[in-house]
Order: sequence, then structure tokens, then C-alpha cells
Amino acid sequence: MNLLEQQASNRRKTWLIMIVFISLLLFLGFGFDALYLGAGGGFVPIGSLMALGVGSASAFAGYYRGDRAVLLATSAKPLAEVEASADEAGKLKLRQLQNVVDEMAIAAGLPRPDVYVVPDEDPNAFATGRGPGHASIAVTRGLIDTLDREELQGVVAHEMSHIRNLDVRLMTIVAALVGAVALLADWARRGMLWGGGPRRRDRERGSAAGVVLFAVWIVAILLAPVMGQMLAMMVSRRREYLADATGAELTRNPLGLARALEKIEDAAAPTRAINRGSAHLCIADPLGRQMNLKTGFWSDLFATHPPMAARIAALKAMAYQGVQP
Amino acid sequence: MCSARSARTGSITLTIISTGSTAEWQDGWRAGLVPSAIIGALALWAVASYNRLVGLRNQVLNGWRQIDVQLKRRHDLIPNLVNAVRGSMDFERDTLTAVMEARAKALTATGPADAAQKEGQLSQALGRLLAVAENYPTLKSNDNVKMLQEELSATENKVGFARQFYNDIATGFNTAQQVFPTNILANMFAFKPAELFEIAEPKDREVPTVDLSRK
Repeated sequence: MNLLEQQASNRRKTWLIMIVFISLLLFLGFGFDALYLGAGGGFVPIGSLMALGVGSASAFAGYYRGDRAVLLATSAKPLAEVEASADEAGKLKLRQLQNVVDEMAIAAGLPRPDVYVVPDEDPNAFATGRGPGHASIAVTRGLIDTLDREELQGVVAHEMSHIRNLDVRLMTIVAALVGAVALLADWARRGMLWGGGPRRRDRERGSAAGVVLFAVWIVAILLAPVMGQMLAMMVSRRREYLADATGAELTRNPLGLARALEKIEDAAAPTRAINRGSAHLCIADPLGRQMNLKTGFWSDLFATHPPMAARIAALKAMAYQGVQP
Repeated sequence: MCSARSARTGSITLTIISTGSTAEWQDGWRAGLVPSAIIGALALWAVASYNRLVGLRNQVLNGWRQIDVQLKRRHDLIPNLVNAVRGSMDFERDTLTAVMEARAKALTATGPADAAQKEGQLSQALGRLLAVAENYPTLKSNDNVKMLQEELSATENKVGFARQFYNDIATGFNTAQQVFPTNILANMFAFKPAELFEIAEPKDREVPTVDLSRK
């Protein structure tokens, strides 16, 4: 598939996963309210609303100042500060980094994001901030040292695309949904333990469809936390593919990013500076990449990033250099 | 239960109204409900589409001006580069002079087509200078020169990306004007398609020649 087709496909799949996610939440929520809270004169889904409210509150608490928190946690330093204390060769590389970010901002038509350097030898990069104009891009020292200008441009284009596609906002919404689903499942299970089972409406007693629906709902409640996590990871992987494709559209050079990914994969050490919470923002999984090296069934389901080999193959397909069947 | 009750009260209300003395419009107002909803939705769509087209048109204009911003940056940067390398590159007087002359011409361009042609020639002259500078080991190890070379290639890149962005946004604007049903609106309000940035001179499509022999 070419560049634009890949973008369209990734956006469609994101929508599909979000629809499934919201349907799951609605299924759990309405079932919970109908069975546990029982409707009197009107049907107000209190349980669902409360779960969504609490889930959203914790997710959106980090939305406005979250980028500061992430940058602080990774000890990222502003580029100007690092440039001031660098030697001549270092100054040139840092100047190249600033120029590359400026070029990508021009190509994307966005305001310049702030640039930060993370003091870690492992090559990695991430973007944070709730949207264009409030965004920051951070790269590790290892990335600056390992990649040449073209590859650096590919990585920066990928991060810029995360900003352009508003992925931080999407993942915050996904986190709210995961929280809401987990809360509903938790409350339902506690209700079952204490209340001795949900109340049933008198009208619906005995219908076969009602019993089947109830059984399905029970299974959903038990599996809900796992399913929520799985769906969230599916969204995360789709957005990684989309960021690769939109980044390649910015540079018009998919092979630059492909080579950068190959180099990043070869330097396969964990990025200690970046912790679990920010893992989904990075270009490559910073947690030792164990999950992403294996391509078994479970690792595919719960990894934040797609397998590197698949990403590189997709990029090569954009450059019409894929393996011909 | 609630809905049943309100329907009953609603019908009771209607009966009271209809048996009293009423004007005909009160009976017919419900018939007008659906058409007014449709007209309302159409109006909303029209406003949203028009505003979107206006926003895109302004972005296209801005994109065009951004190219000029980058070209001006290049004009300002070139004298610095030429002065920095002039000492070491005594032998390349022709190449250096060609760059300064091309820059002077580009500054006096009249109109976009003329500017495009002259900027293209300046790009070619600069390309030759940068390629020839590879021949000078002392230049290559000079940090100032390396920084200037980086600045210059970054400026060339920025000009290129500014043109790329302009073409991307112009294509988006043209597509938005031409798809159905927005094309009806676009014709009504006389939106014109934007011109894409093109290479004016066929010569600019050729691979530039670089003479690496020392003169």
C-alpha cells in the first residue's frame, strides 16, 4: 500500500477500535445499571456516568500539565542549555537537530515545538503536549550520536506526526475508557460478592434471550479489564503505524526513517530514563523491548509498539521497495 | 411510564387547543417541523463548508508567503558563507562570483514567475559552490565553515519544504472546492483553484553540472 493508502487504512482501523471500545463500555454500563441499580421511574445510567466520570478525571488530570511531568521525569534538558555546554562537534550536531525540527515544522505547517535532550545513551525519542503550539519533542543523546541527518529527520518527522495527529489527546481518551471499564468491572464484581447477585426486573424474568444476555454480560465483566487493556494497546499500535506514514509524507523519504528504525533496533538496550507511563509516546519501546522482539500471539496483543520488522516493511512498501511476492 | 403519561397529557392539551378558537397556523405548525429541520441542517452545513473553504484559502496564501520568508533568509545568509570560504578558496573565484551575481539578480526579481526562475539559478550556483568546497580539506575541517554549510543546506531544505507544504495545502484546497456537494457552494462564492508551485524553466529539471577541476 502506498503512503496515503496506509494513512487512510490506519485512521479507519483506529475508528473501528474506538467504536468497539465504546460499545464495550456501553454494554457493560447499561447492563450494570439495569441489573444493579434498577430503574425506578426513569432510566438514568448513574453507574456508567460515575465510572466514566472517575475514569476521565484521573486520565485528564494529566492532560494540561502532563508534558511538563513527563519531561521532568526523564531529566530532559532544553536544547539551548545543552548546546551552551557542548563542544564544537556537539554544537554542530545539536544545530542540525534544531534545523531538522524547524524543517519538519515548516513541512507540517505547525508552530515550532520545544526541543529537549534526554541524557541517555540508548537511541530513543518521544513527543508530548496536547497539540500543536503546546508540544515538545525530546530525543536521547544516543539518538543524536547514532543517526545521521536524514535518519534524524525521519525520527523527528515521526514525532511531529504524533503531535499533528493529536495522539496524546486520543491516548488520554483511551486511558479514560480503560479506567471506566475497569471501574465498572470492579464494582460489578464487588456487587456480586456482597449483594448476592444483581436484582432482576420483574418484567424480564424467564426470557431465554435475557438469560443468554446476562451470561454474556457476566463473561464481559470478568474479562473487561484485560479486554480494555488489549483495545488500548491496539489503538497505540495503529497510531504508531499512522505516525510512520504521516512522517514519511512530511519527509517524502520513507527509507530515512526505515534506516533509523534499523539502527535503533540494533542498539537494543532499555532506555532507563523513560519509565513505563511514557512508553507509548516513544518511537521505540523503552522497556527493554522484550515484548516487541517476540512476535507471539500474546506479545502482539499487549505491546505498545508494533514489531520493528513490520514497521520497516511498511515503510519500504511506501518507497516501493517491498518484497515482491 | 413517564412517556406514556406525557403523551396522554399532550393529547389532552392538543384536544383543548383544537376545540377552542384557534388560528389555522396552530394546527399546521407540526407539518412545518420536518421541512424547517431540513432547512436548518442545510444552513448549518453551508456555513460550516463556507468557513472551511475560507480557512483553507487563507492557509494557502500564508503558505505562499512562507516560501518568500525562507528565500529571504537565504539571501541574507549567502554573503556570510561566501566571505567565510573566500580566503581558502582563492582558486574558485568563478564559482564564488557566480553565487554573488545570482544572489544580486534574485534580489531584483519582478513578479513570481521571474522570481522563481532567478531563485532556481541561485540554487544551482549554491549547489556548485557546496560541491566544490568538498575539494578543500582545510575548509572541511573548519568548524565555522561546517556550521555555515549546515545552515545553508538547512536553508535550501526549508525552501524546499515550504514549497512542499504550499503544494500540499493547495491540493487540499483544490480538492475541497471540487468534491460534491461543496463544489456547488464554491461556485456560488467564486472560489478559484490555487496554482501549484511548478518548475518554470525546463533547465531546472536537469541534473546540475559541477566542475571539480581546479581553475
